Amino acid sequence: MSTTIKTLAVAGAVAAAVLGHATTVSAQAKEKCFGVSLAGKNDCAAGPGTTCAGTSKVDYQGNAWSLVDAGTCATMELPAMADGTARMGSLEALERDIPS
Amino acid sequence: MGGQTAFTRALLDPALAAPEGLVNPDGAPATKRFDVYRNNVAVSLIEALETGFPVICKLVGEAFFKAMAGIYLRRFPPTSQLMMFYGQDMPAFLTGFEPVQHLQYLPDVARLELALRACYHAADATPIAPETLQDMPADRLMAARFEFAPAMALIRSRWPVHGIWRMNMEDGAPQPGNAGENVLLTRPEYDPQLTTLAPGGGTFVAALMNGKAFGESLDAATAQVPDFDLTATLGVLFAGAAITRLNED
Repeated sequence: MSTTIKTLAVAGAVAAAVLGHATTVSAQAKEKCFGVSLAGKNDCAAGPGTTCAGTSKVDYQGNAWSLVDAGTCATMELPAMADGTARMGSLEALERDIPS
Repeated sequence: MGGQTAFTRALLDPALAAPEGLVNPDGAPATKRFDVYRNNVAVSLIEALETGFPVICKLVGEAFFKAMAGIYLRRFPPTSQLMMFYGQDMPAFLTGFEPVQHLQYLPDVARLELALRACYHAADATPIAPETLQDMPADRLMAARFEFAPAMALIRSRWPVHGIWRMNMEDGAPQPGNAGENVLLTRPEYDPQLTTLAPGGGTFVAALMNGKAFGESLDAATAQVPDFDLTATLGVLFAGAAITRLNED
């Protein structure tokens, strides 16, 4: 294959990869969402291989977070609390539902 | 032998007596107390290994793993206080550990599990915009050398390590194939991502990691796999936020 043809082929392959990336990136963006994970299902700052993932003690624990699709955190619908107050997800750690 | 060496030896060998000078409040040798401490040290290190190598543990079974970890920790006690990195010698240990010689893929699975932990704890890095490659004239791109995020790692195996890992870690994952796999670890967000590279992709990325120019790396890959899929492999690097810099001589 001549150098020119090879260069063209490479440019085409690079362009296709860039285009492919541009169309997938928005779908993949994640944000930390506090207060929505079920007990024991939280993701963890210390990560796999440590003992902290899955340690949240109560459902929807306010200071435990899960990765959710970006933009869905604050609008995620959760069951209301025992006193009827609505629960909402939050991009910041919450005071509610902290295990005693 | 210094007091600390004697203490460490006794800590790892249950057959040895408690170190001299270790006494109970009543002045008698602290035999039982030292036994409790010694047991806790071993149990906690076994648990650290179990947590760090969940797939190895599943493959050999929990009882076997605990027993094997007990041998490992005495041969390779921690050299750092950072438990998150404990177990670096596991691949070499498994390669030489007689009872698992029939499971020849174990060392590579252990390499993958170690790489996952390293990937998780690696420093953050800012990737270049993918368009940077597209905007660069092709002749300059061919001569450019890549720098990668500290979290990126490549595991090349003649075993289907990613398939084995998935079958043990993901619900409903398919049976692993028979072919060897080149697995790329990246960390585009908070958690490590595993991707099996297309044929030739391992050669391409390995060449780039060794500082070879883009064109040279591409030649190495196409020499091995004539229809090497550059688009797919670049796509994995972009999606993994893996390329942090392009260097031109």
